Amino acid sequence: MRFRPSSDQSLMIYFDQAITLETHHRVLKLLRLLEAEPITGVRNLHPGYCSLLVKFDGLKLRHNELEATLRTYLEHLETVPLPESRQIEIPVCYGGDYGPDLNEVAETHGLTPSQTIELHASVPYVVYFLGFVPGFAYLGELPESLVTPRLAIPRRNVPPGSVGIAGSQTGVYPFATPGGWRLLGRTPIAMFRPDRAGMSFLSIGDRVRFIPVSSERFVAMESA
Amino acid sequence: MKVIQVQAPGLLTTVQDLGREGFGPMGVSPSGASDAISLRVGNRLVGNAEGAAALEMTLLGGSFLFPEGAIVALTGSDFGATLDGAPVEQWASIEFRPGQTLSLGPTHSGARCYLCVRGGIAVKPFLGSASTHILSGLGGFDGRPLRKGDVLNIGAVDQASANESFRRVALTPKVRERLLPRKTLRVTPGPQCDWFPDSSLRLFYSSTYRVAEESNRMGLRLEGERISPRSGAEMITEGVSLGAIQVPDAGLPIVLFVEQQTTGGYPKIANVISSDMASVGQLRPRDEIRFESVEWKVARSLLREMEDLLASPQLIS
Repeated sequence: MRFRPSSDQSLMIYFDQAITLETHHRVLKLLRLLEAEPITGVRNLHPGYCSLLVKFDGLKLRHNELEATLRTYLEHLETVPLPESRQIEIPVCYGGDYGPDLNEVAETHGLTPSQTIELHASVPYVVYFLGFVPGFAYLGELPESLVTPRLAIPRRNVPPGSVGIAGSQTGVYPFATPGGWRLLGRTPIAMFRPDRAGMSFLSIGDRVRFIPVSSERFVAMESA
Repeated sequence: MKVIQVQAPGLLTTVQDLGREGFGPMGVSPSGASDAISLRVGNRLVGNAEGAAALEMTLLGGSFLFPEGAIVALTGSDFGATLDGAPVEQWASIEFRPGQTLSLGPTHSGARCYLCVRGGIAVKPFLGSASTHILSGLGGFDGRPLRKGDVLNIGAVDQASANESFRRVALTPKVRERLLPRKTLRVTPGPQCDWFPDSSLRLFYSSTYRVAEESNRMGLRLEGERISPRSGAEMITEGVSLGAIQVPDAGLPIVLFVEQQTTGGYPKIANVISSDMASVGQLRPRDEIRFESVEWKVARSLLREMEDLLASPQLIS
C-alpha cells in the first residue's frame, strides 16, 4: 500500500504494481466503501488496475488528512462484502469491415481467423475499471496466445461498438473516437446511453463473455 | 422564454458550466469551462450563480441575435466584440435591447471568450451539468458545438430580479490585473516524477515549450525538448488528474485538460496547480510556455488566495 499526491487536489492509492484479481477486488472494495460512506471534500474517484485516484477539494482537505482518513477505511476493507458479479454477454460480429485487424492478428499468432475468434470468445473477462471515455470498460485478461501490442499509429476514427485488443486487454469503443487497439469485430449493443438507467452497459466488477454472431444477426439486432 | 439565435457559430462554440465531478467510475470526465475563472466572474457580473451555463468560444467568436434582449457579460479573452457595430466593453454587464446583434471576431489575446447571460443558457442537464463533452457527444446543446441557425433558450429568472432595473457592474481593474493568464505554469511533482532521470527533469524545467496546433479541450500537446523516463519501468493504466503532464513514448509532453480521458497509461512528470488551470484554458496554438516547480504548500495557498479573491466583495463594483 502506497499513497502519493497526484496533484494539489488529488491523492493516488497504489495497492500493488501488478494486475491481479486480488488487487482488483481491493480497489473495488475501497471504491464501494467510499461510495457508501463518502468523505466530506472528496469530489471524484478514478479506479485503475491497481490503484484508486481520489480527487478532493483542496480548500477542505489536505493530502495528509485525507490519507489518515483513508487509512481508517483500509483497516476494515476485508469486511466489505462484494456483491455477486453480473454475468454479461456481448454479441460480436467478427472480421470483415467490422474487424479490420482480425486477419493480421491471426497471422501474427500463427492462427486462422476462426481460431482467433474462438479464442477471444472462449474465456470470461473481468471489467477491471472504466476509463478513457464514458462507458469504456477495460476487460482482462486475454488468452496468452492473443496478447498483441497496440497499433503503432492509432486510427483517427474508430466506429462505436468496435471490439479491440491491446496488450492483454480487450474492450469495446462506446463512441466514435480515435483509438490504437486492434479491432477484431463489432457489437450492435450501445455501450453508453444517457437515456438508460445506469447509462453504462458495463460496470466495474462485471464478468463479460463475447458471443460470436453472424452479420445478418448483427444487422437484425442493430435495427431492433 | 428569451432566446439567442446563432447567426454564425464561430470556430468552436460550446455550452459549458463548471462541469460534472463524481462520475469517474463510469469513465465520465468532468468537462466544463476551459477557463473556469472567466466563466465564474462572468456569471457574477450578470447576477447568476457562478456555475451557470454560458457559451465558450474558441479563437474566433460567432454572431448572436437577441430577439428579446438580455443582460450579458463577456469575459476571458478579447474577441473584438461589437453590438450592432459599436464596441462592447469586456468584464462588465451590459443590457442588450430586443433585436440587437452581438458579433465577435478573431481573438486579440488568449484562446477563449465567454458569453454569460442573465438566467444562464438553458439546456437539459446530463449528470447534473450543462457542459458539453465534445468527444462523446454528451451534454450541452445536443452534445455538440453550435451551428448556424441554432436557437438557445435563456433560463428564467425569478420575478423580483426580472423587475429590477439594470445597473452596470464591472470587474475592478485591480482584480482583472491579478487574473491575467500566465505563460509560466506552476506545477507540482507528478506521481511518476521519479521515473525521470535528473537530465530529463532539468530539461523539462529549463526549456520553453510551444503549444501544438492539434491541442484541444482534451489535452494540450507540446512541442520542444523531448524527455523520457528511465527504461525498464512498466506503466499500468491508472486514474489521471486535471492538469497532469504525461509523457508518451515520443517524449513530447501533453497537458491533460478538462475533457481529459479519466485514466491513462503514460508516466506523469508533473501536474499544473489548480490556480493556474484557467491560464491553460487561455493558451493558443503556438503560444510559448515554461514550467516552474512549486512546493505543495505554495500550490495550496495560491488556490486559497484565488478563491478568496473570487469570493471578495470588492470583486465587482
